[in-house]
Amino acid sequence: MTLLSLHGIRKSFGAVDVLHGVDLSVAAGEVVGLVGDNGAGKSTLMKTITGIYRADTGSIEFDGKDILALDPGQRRQLGIEMIYQDLSLAKQQDVASNIFLGREPTKRLFGLFPGFVDKGEMDRQAAKMIERLGAHLPSINRSVGSFSGGQQQTVAIARALTFNPKLVIMDEPTAALAVREVQSVLDLIRRLKSEGIAVILISHRLNDVLSVTDRIVVLRHGRADADLVTARTNMNEVVSRIVGGGDIAAAAAHEQRG
Amino acid sequence: MASEQPGFWARVQRASVERLHIRLESLVVLLALGTAMALLSPYFLSLSNFLNILLATSTIGVLAIAATFVIGSGGLDLSLGSVMGLAGVAGAFVAVNLGWPSVLAVIACILAGAIAGYINGQLVTRAFVPAFIVTLGMLGLARGLALVISQGRAIYGLPPEIVYIGQGRPFGIPMPVIIFVLTAIVAHAVLAYTRFGRHTLALGDSEGAARAAGIRVEHHRRIIYTLSGALAGLAGLLFTARVNAGDPTAGINYELTAITAAIIGGTNLFGGRASILGTMIGALIMGVLQNGLTLLAVQSYYQQMAIGAVLILAVFIDQYQVRKESRV
Repeated sequence: MTLLSLHGIRKSFGAVDVLHGVDLSVAAGEVVGLVGDNGAGKSTLMKTITGIYRADTGSIEFDGKDILALDPGQRRQLGIEMIYQDLSLAKQQDVASNIFLGREPTKRLFGLFPGFVDKGEMDRQAAKMIERLGAHLPSINRSVGSFSGGQQQTVAIARALTFNPKLVIMDEPTAALAVREVQSVLDLIRRLKSEGIAVILISHRLNDVLSVTDRIVVLRHGRADADLVTARTNMNEVVSRIVGGGDIAAAAAHEQRG
Repeated sequence: MASEQPGFWARVQRASVERLHIRLESLVVLLALGTAMALLSPYFLSLSNFLNILLATSTIGVLAIAATFVIGSGGLDLSLGSVMGLAGVAGAFVAVNLGWPSVLAVIACILAGAIAGYINGQLVTRAFVPAFIVTLGMLGLARGLALVISQGRAIYGLPPEIVYIGQGRPFGIPMPVIIFVLTAIVAHAVLAYTRFGRHTLALGDSEGAARAAGIRVEHHRRIIYTLSGALAGLAGLLFTARVNAGDPTAGINYELTAITAAIIGGTNLFGGRASILGTMIGALIMGVLQNGLTLLAVQSYYQQMAIGAVLILAVFIDQYQVRKESRV
């Protein structure tokens, strides 16, 4: 079942054309890798999906609905969630505070004064979410900034899940992580898939993309240049598609760089 | 396994930060300072001196609460002392020169402060002038306006109801102390346990994260600055009522002491971490320090120097701790 489908998406900023008619589809529970060289249009494409940018022409359907006219808040309501590379965490606050920031459950103090945060309830639910992800954190009451990069990523994913998303877009989730941590984040992505949540993974780390995705879409010069089934491709093919055509020498050079 | 367990002191420290939102070191400093003063001066340990300290702390304490909210939200309010002076003059002007009822004078104090704070908030969030500059400018503006209104002279002859707010002693406890403690309790509840308070700290921690979470960042900041001004107004009322005069020079350099109290109490200078309980300990440290130095007959010029030195020392220790923790 197709969850998200984009047709002929074009976007330009002034005289600069960034996207020249992109087609992309993602099925429910599918993990799609989005790769491409710097400036290929990955970020712009993602922002037209979350609604931060409005596509100039083309159509975007999500869950059977035309969402082209919706703003980011409405699209989030429908189940599109994005985790940015900087994670947008409040580092001196604890896990529950971050997961529930802006949506804290409240109770009345002494049954009288409204607006008091129900910290116990928050902690319980936060612990449940972390558990659901099969992740382990040193303590739920500690400030997020004292955690490792992978643990912080876990908190950001747990927060995204509280909106019950159908699609989670992750921007370079493994870029700043230690090797051991990369595995746990990839495990989290598999966990999301097993719960029927689709994931679009933007990454420069092709090993990660090859190990966790179902399909790989290569963006090049503002077009979806290739749509590869992960099980039937390999590093060389992906690299040569990123740098363009069958230019094997350039492919080898790119591989050595990255 | 045993080596991985943090030591007893570290665990108690962590628990106090997580549960009570205070840094244990500040409590230790307060007790040490109190003990030292008790040993040095025979007059220190007495109920009347204890109430004296609380009374002297009440004005600064209310300002320190304001400083805690503003700094916790990642802002800064240097105009606290001047706004306090302006508010006191405004109240005295309404009561004496206009001869209006005392209730209106009380409202005038707090309203004058709130308006000054609201202007600060508007300028910070809409005109994109840094808080440091806006509130520094307000420091001059409010002080000047206080001098203009009072024509440079203290306004005497306040009605008895207002004097009672400053000098009354129900159950032997000075009224300013009662008002200060009640304000602190409410402020603590708001900062630590309400959505408003949590959003304040999240905002000071990471404006981007707060914005992404749907918090109306600019709106929240305007409320914080207005609240800060209103609290400075309350401090102005307490001071004016206590000295029985609307003094246009009241509160000069008080922002220094108030901000110092907040920082000693564990407020992160750059926002994101703050607690009223900690600030109260900080305010008491400043109060005990000033009281003790006075009992020891140290000139007030040196006291001013001591406060400045303590501020720098407190920030140094805080930053040292932060760097140490971030290495772990």
